[in-house]
Amino acid sequence: MKINFRRLIEPRHVSAGTLRNSFDRRSLIVGGVQGGIGVLLASRMAWLAIGQNAKYELEAESNRVNLSLIPPRRGWLLDRNGTPLASNRADFRVDVIPERMGDKAQTLGTLRQLLNMTPIAVQDLEDKIEKARGFAPVEVASGLDFERFASVSVRLPDLPGVVTQRGFSRFYPLGPSVGHLIGYVGPASAEEYEKDHDPVLITPGYKVGKDALEKFYEKDLRGKPGARRVEVTASGRIVRDLDTREDVPGKTIKLTIDAGIQDYAARRIGIESGAAVVMDCQTGDILAMCSMPSFDPNSFSDGIGRLEWKMLSDDDHVPLRNKVLRGLYPPGSTVKPMVALSFMEAGLDPNESVFCGGGLRVGNRVFHCWNHRGHGQVNMAKGIYQSCDVYFYHFAQRIGMDPIAAMAGRLGLGHDFPLPVSGQSYGTVPNPAWKLKKYGKEWQTFDTVNATIGQGYFLVNPLQQAIQASRIASGKIIMPRLIHGSDYEAPKSLGIAEEHLAYIHQAMSDVANGPGSAPHARLPFPDIKLAGKTGTAQVVGLNIGNGKGGQWKHRDHGHFICFAPVENPRYACSVVIEHGGGSPAAYPVARDILTYIFDKQKGMDILTELEQGWGGTPKQRLDARYRKYAAEYGVGAPAVSPEQESEAADQANPPTEAPQPIVRDAQSPAPEPAAANPAAPAAGAPAPASPPSPTPTATPAQTPGNPQ
Amino acid sequence: MISRSIVPDTIARQPWGMLVPLMGLVTLGAAVLYSAAGGSLQPYALSHVLRFFVFLGMAIVISRFNRDMFRMAAYPIYGAIVILLVLVEAIGAVGGGSQRWLNLGFMTLQPSELMKPAIVLVLARFYETLPHAMTASWRGLVPAGLLILLPVAFVAIQPDLGTALAICFGGGVTMFLAGLPMWWFVSAGVTALIGAPIAFFTVLHDYQRNRVLTFLDPESDPLGTGYHITQSKIAIGSGGIFGKGFGNGSQSHLQYLPEPHTDFVFATMSEEWGMVGGYFVLFVFALVLSWGLRVARNAPDRFSSLLAAGMAATIFFYVAINLMMVMGLAPVVGIPLPFMSHGGTSMMTNMICIGTLMAINRWNTRPNSLS
Repeated sequence: MKINFRRLIEPRHVSAGTLRNSFDRRSLIVGGVQGGIGVLLASRMAWLAIGQNAKYELEAESNRVNLSLIPPRRGWLLDRNGTPLASNRADFRVDVIPERMGDKAQTLGTLRQLLNMTPIAVQDLEDKIEKARGFAPVEVASGLDFERFASVSVRLPDLPGVVTQRGFSRFYPLGPSVGHLIGYVGPASAEEYEKDHDPVLITPGYKVGKDALEKFYEKDLRGKPGARRVEVTASGRIVRDLDTREDVPGKTIKLTIDAGIQDYAARRIGIESGAAVVMDCQTGDILAMCSMPSFDPNSFSDGIGRLEWKMLSDDDHVPLRNKVLRGLYPPGSTVKPMVALSFMEAGLDPNESVFCGGGLRVGNRVFHCWNHRGHGQVNMAKGIYQSCDVYFYHFAQRIGMDPIAAMAGRLGLGHDFPLPVSGQSYGTVPNPAWKLKKYGKEWQTFDTVNATIGQGYFLVNPLQQAIQASRIASGKIIMPRLIHGSDYEAPKSLGIAEEHLAYIHQAMSDVANGPGSAPHARLPFPDIKLAGKTGTAQVVGLNIGNGKGGQWKHRDHGHFICFAPVENPRYACSVVIEHGGGSPAAYPVARDILTYIFDKQKGMDILTELEQGWGGTPKQRLDARYRKYAAEYGVGAPAVSPEQESEAADQANPPTEAPQPIVRDAQSPAPEPAAANPAAPAAGAPAPASPPSPTPTATPAQTPGNPQ
Repeated sequence: MISRSIVPDTIARQPWGMLVPLMGLVTLGAAVLYSAAGGSLQPYALSHVLRFFVFLGMAIVISRFNRDMFRMAAYPIYGAIVILLVLVEAIGAVGGGSQRWLNLGFMTLQPSELMKPAIVLVLARFYETLPHAMTASWRGLVPAGLLILLPVAFVAIQPDLGTALAICFGGGVTMFLAGLPMWWFVSAGVTALIGAPIAFFTVLHDYQRNRVLTFLDPESDPLGTGYHITQSKIAIGSGGIFGKGFGNGSQSHLQYLPEPHTDFVFATMSEEWGMVGGYFVLFVFALVLSWGLRVARNAPDRFSSLLAAGMAATIFFYVAINLMMVMGLAPVVGIPLPFMSHGGTSMMTNMICIGTLMAINRWNTRPNSLS
């Protein structure tokens, strides 16, 4: 301490010699330190290059080599004649992988410029990126021309996270006509990836089936991904291919669908909301199955944008619901041939008749016929072709509900079928036991009355209607088939007497070709006749509307089931037009579809003329509507929240057991305007119609309303 | 003096024992740069070799100067470079977040680089003229400290921490060798130990702070600021003993390695040449630096010995910091590896050091030039 203090104020003696000495010593220290650091570096080098060589070699290799999956080409879906319903077309596409993007805003800005994206497309892309999990690729654009594709490709080094690819994209030549039948594809969602950890799901450009057949046969259609080992730079640019394994395309699936009929039927429904099913009534092959309005599966494959979403949700025709399988409708009078068959089997002589004066009195109540002026004397055939309600009210009282319900079941109502579809609704064929179990209430007279005219608890879907028509036509247990050539067994007989079927066939033929309720349903061929049955199903009680005009939502559903040719049934068809105002909306559709089947040119001519009035094909109408929305809302459409999406899914798939309110009264049909039924006067024997009992006979202790 | 006996007298003037390994190092550097450019002489390898020979010429010219010229030039050179530093601050070009270059029209000049040998020169001159008795007094410390602090302040505000440290180091070593009391250095070291954490939180820029933090834990952010160190270690480690072979380095060729031709050239080299190449580089530097130190120790007078030792220390600082950085022993500081990294300014600085050492070597071996 003392020494240091002295040194501070009085420097020790310094001379050239001591400095030289000090330099010599200190330069050795410096040299020693340098040498020490050199040894340190040498040993560090050895540690890295020898001690940790294996680890770093692996890391260098995983830097260098990138294993990328080649999305497999999806299997084609063909119609019965080999026409593609879903194919792949080569395209140029651009994806982004959000977590690999650097400056998102800048990258997106560049992409927008290079690809000429509209503000709407940019907004949709931003939405998708926001929702996507970071590692899952998001499609920016597909179906690009080579120039735009190349303009992105050359800038890849400046666009981290952007992937360009020559690949294949799904193509549906028939567009909206097969939307519900085939479904669509889209990038796998997070939940789908959770369930199925196949890495191909997060390969850029790979799409999974999102609905209908595309979803049901996902595993078959998927195929096996190819793989490509490539050398990549730090920025992800591919330097060279190391090796490649080709992909194995998915299986081709051949359907029983006839592309022409499918397209025609879908287009013929036009601007209505409805469904049509065409079956081969000897084999059960489904030739067409369409629900309209639909969506264009081609435009869904890059996800559903805000504007598309708004279009879909604004549409009260529920374009996302597959009405063939999930729509449930009271079948109305289309059940009458079935009810008549059950009567005959129960021993009723078809020639036994009842007088229809516009209503039937049972006890102290009067149940009205749709024709309040009455049909006069009515036997079974007339009951069918004139659709007289009183005939069925009367004999149903005698036969009872159970045989009717049993016959309905034998003809396919109230069942689902082994088809490759998700979610078929069963519908309801009511009977006393069912009612007691479900509501704890006794079966009432008015329940039978309702059931015999396809109202009340009765609910069916259009597929069941077509199967019913097929089974009546062929007398066999026809099972619907969608997959061509799948194990086919010749259908067995229903066990219904031939003469009963012949009688019903004749009565149904008379609907169109005789003195029936739908003379305009007659086919425009001299030698081919169809047999059918109309149906008008009330949607709301008569206290709300008469079902013909007024609010769209309150109009009656129109039904038609038919088969042709009468003598040797080959094709069966069912059509439902929601809120069409009654059967006159439905049977022209069925008639034209059958016309097309027998004479394509004739059918097309009719359709072309109609479509001119409707503003083009469904695809053209969708496109026009999209343009209108784009002009009107631009980027102003609200974002789609996940809740809304699941809500839409619910809407598209209503619970199979729809809550049915208890029916407390007869649902008498509304009086038909006389002009709507020109055949009625020609029916002959218009017996002096007793005026419908005006006395509103009390429905004891029950509300007069009949909610439905 | 080295191996003079085996070379003819006519060319024995040059210190071949140092120059031949140095040329080998430059050749290896050129080969690495050739590979880093994807197997092409352009744009790195050819200019690297050309620059070396141009600056070797310059070094030989420098080595022809006699001691008095060095002595006379010391203060004017120092002053001129300080003025250049001021000019950089005023009109210099901004690159990579800091303002370092002066565009002279035909070339860009980085005056802070020139300050590294200049500080050694001016301090050697200062201590030579300082009366011996004053070496241990404040008059031996304060003017020298100011001579260092002035340029360091300008360089630090550019900001260029690496160069500022290099200047401090060169100056500090010269002062140490000049015989300043040992306890001054000890207490300065203690002060630095205490002051460093404080400076870390107050003086350093964010990017510099990040580099330090990353150095302490490179794996914490492997794709961010730790990326450089991680990729560099992968390159060196994956090279193994004999390397992946010339032109086969994937880390550099596929751009995983940042700056494969400048700061991380050693990693680029190690990947392809392995530990053998790395040890060759270390060996050459050991030869060059020990030669430099020997020149200093053999120098006949105070000025020459201080100058020589300071120049050797300056080269050493480059080598040590760069190699420690690429091997993950020091934070990422933008300091190139002498004679291997592509870059004109650093080549010039190092060749000035070499030239100065060669001059002193000439004074040592030619006693008749002693004044």
